[in-house]
Amino acid sequence: MEIAANGSRAAAINRRSGSGQRRAAGRCGGWKLLGGTIGIFVSTPGSSSSPQVRQQGANMPFGNTHNQVKLKFASDQEYPDLSKHNNHMAKVLTPAMYERLRSKQTPSGFTLDDVIQTGVDNPGHPFIMTVGCVAGDEETYEVFKELLDPVIEDRHGGYKPSDKHKTDLNPANLKGGDDLDPNYVLSSRVRTGRSIRGFCLPPHCSRGERRAVEKLSIEALDSLSGDLKGKYYALKNMTDAEQQQLIDDHFLFDKPVSPLLLASGMARDWPDARGIWHNDNKTFLVWVNEEDHLRVISMQKGGNMKEVFNRFCTGLTKIETLFKDRGHAFMWNEHLGYVLTCPSNLGTGLRAGVHVKLPNMSKHAKFEEVLKRLRLQKRGTGGVDTAAVGGVFDISNADRLGFSEVELVQMVVDGVRLLVDMEKKLEKGQSIDDLMPAQK
Amino acid sequence: ILCSQPVPTLLKHFLSERCSNILSCFLYLCSAEYPDLRKHNNCMASNLTPAIYAKLCDKATPNGYTLDQAIQTGVDNPGHPFIKTVGLVAGDEESYEVFAELLDPVIKERHNGYDPRNMKHPTDLDASKIQSGQFDERYVLSSRVRTGRSIRGLSLPPACTRAERREVERVVVDALAGLKGDLTGKYYSLTQMTEKEQQQLIDDHFLFDKPVSPLLTCAGMARDWPDARGIWHNNEKTFLIWVNEEDHTRVISMEKGGNMKRVFERFCRGLKEVEHLIQEKGWEFMWNERLGYILTCPSNLGTGLRAGVHVKLPLLSKDARFSKILDHLRLQKRGTGGVDTAAVGGVFDISNLDRLGQSEVQLVQTVVDGVNYLIECEKRLERGQDIKVPPPLKQFK
Repeated sequence: MEIAANGSRAAAINRRSGSGQRRAAGRCGGWKLLGGTIGIFVSTPGSSSSPQVRQQGANMPFGNTHNQVKLKFASDQEYPDLSKHNNHMAKVLTPAMYERLRSKQTPSGFTLDDVIQTGVDNPGHPFIMTVGCVAGDEETYEVFKELLDPVIEDRHGGYKPSDKHKTDLNPANLKGGDDLDPNYVLSSRVRTGRSIRGFCLPPHCSRGERRAVEKLSIEALDSLSGDLKGKYYALKNMTDAEQQQLIDDHFLFDKPVSPLLLASGMARDWPDARGIWHNDNKTFLVWVNEEDHLRVISMQKGGNMKEVFNRFCTGLTKIETLFKDRGHAFMWNEHLGYVLTCPSNLGTGLRAGVHVKLPNMSKHAKFEEVLKRLRLQKRGTGGVDTAAVGGVFDISNADRLGFSEVELVQMVVDGVRLLVDMEKKLEKGQSIDDLMPAQK
Repeated sequence: ILCSQPVPTLLKHFLSERCSNILSCFLYLCSAEYPDLRKHNNCMASNLTPAIYAKLCDKATPNGYTLDQAIQTGVDNPGHPFIKTVGLVAGDEESYEVFAELLDPVIKERHNGYDPRNMKHPTDLDASKIQSGQFDERYVLSSRVRTGRSIRGLSLPPACTRAERREVERVVVDALAGLKGDLTGKYYSLTQMTEKEQQQLIDDHFLFDKPVSPLLTCAGMARDWPDARGIWHNNEKTFLIWVNEEDHTRVISMEKGGNMKRVFERFCRGLKEVEHLIQEKGWEFMWNERLGYILTCPSNLGTGLRAGVHVKLPLLSKDARFSKILDHLRLQKRGTGGVDTAAVGGVFDISNLDRLGQSEVQLVQTVVDGVNYLIECEKRLERGQDIKVPPPLKQFK
């Protein structure tokens, strides 16, 4: 067994050793029981081949583990019934594609059925198109390219398999953004996610891997200094007082209840190895092992998006360096940018947004059209799938992939500035026709 | 101990000890995976020591089902201080062998000391043996017997593939179509039923929903819902089968009134007929003499049988000795909505506590004798007479 110098990588290597043939032939000890033969796999110490220390396929509790068993059945017997479904996966996954992909698995044992389970279990909504598939590890995006490329293309505005994604985390490239009117813009926030290369993602990771991710994250975050100096609160160890404070600060995340997440196995072993880190100033926050390995959030009251983005980039870059110093890179490639669990978050994984008062603009007939042209989306102030309260909206970039971080934040800054100008005009009873933007 | 240490520290420890022994490193890696069960109260948590975990963690059944999958529901659901859940499930018949080192003590704890390693479970579906199986219908409103059956060779609900689940449906529906006489009936697939059929099934209290209990969803039983799920019942609505809910099949015989003997007679007859029909096609039920009928949850092994009545006991239920009487009679009470519901109007669901170690006939007789005793107590209290707590019944006969 390779014992890597970096202990935390060892867990990942062993999990991913072997070609994915989880039942190594020739190591069955069996006996007959009621006409059936039972094989048991035991790692024999000292065996010459690398012992498959964890006979793991998917760690999901869902039992779609052993692909070989499924292959006994014809593809059309296994093909899911997607006749009532409306999600990206269901649109793309034909029976022929299912047949071609079903015998594959990633080196860590993630299979096609693992990828699509959430989309099978959640038929979707006539109006809202969910993605319907997740990645269990970095290699998912390669091994199941045939399914994921068209899903990505559909979800990310025509992004082609040959396209290259630009990463730009240099805050100096952002023009303006420090002057959004705080009478309208109540708060500013930028979030993204990061995955640690070599570890499986939340739908598929084992407890050991998840703990290793947590450990690495704590080490890296503990090294931050200055205005980024902060503290980690493990979900399973926090005191009642700490918990209440985190709730009051709106920092605490709960065990997922959305069936979209539960069906993909992301809530397994909750709250083991989950936690929240934030700096003492409460302007930089990291979620560990929720929907992704890391979710990184920079936020503050008011409209100084430039400052928020500065801190975001500085913090992220520092964290990336700290991980690299420990022998870990973030999952990234020049086609997909930063690799995250949900295909909808590829590229930048970035959502830059504000809470902004637009009571008049939001009632205007052209509100949706303006947002569309600005490449922005609206949400209620509770986040995705919530309603706006008191005319206050969460306005953020609609795109994730195919634009750099700077470009996306620029769109938000410019777009929100325009929306506020429109709001002011409407307040005065003036028309906004001459302010209508072109399609970005 | 080991499991509380961070991963890299442990590895450095091993390296510094010049440990190149694969077994030690293997044990170390398993300890990094060992679940945190310190806040847990379920049978799995009580019995899964780090040593057992290390021993079983890299095993898999021939279908590829692993220990982590079996225990996931128990890890995700720490349990309740008062109610001890089982905390693990079987993904297939072989789970009970491959993970015996954990499952045997869990079974022993859950089934009152029944030791699968040296005891045999009796199966007896001869309903003619039941004595005094007609209750006083001024007290007993309805009678019901349920169990489950699994089709050998196909994985269980936590682990089955879509094709296996569809195969279960096909095999069972095919067999049920062969039932005749008072057992003639019809299958309603969840994916295809009309709104009208759905409403009728709801009105009859036959329809089951997608599981919402995290005990079940965490075990993966709700995958691909509602694919290959359905309900079959006879035209008289006295014999009902659920397909691919918590088990391959759940079989229910029921009717209004107190004729438990007839309910059980139909139950046995229907079960035997279905077994005969699947055997004609080369299939059989999962069964062995150690564990009886094999079902998904270890709590349902043996007979998988719950025989019960809805019975009016307004006076007895207020007596301080009620719980003790039930306990000694090896009975349990539930509300009339089933498990985890409250009693309404003094009407209780009274059924057998035990599942494994006694035969179907024995358990149903226990319910018959017990309920008759409870009714006697109620009558005595009505007359102002005192009642006695009966001596406790022996557990394994």
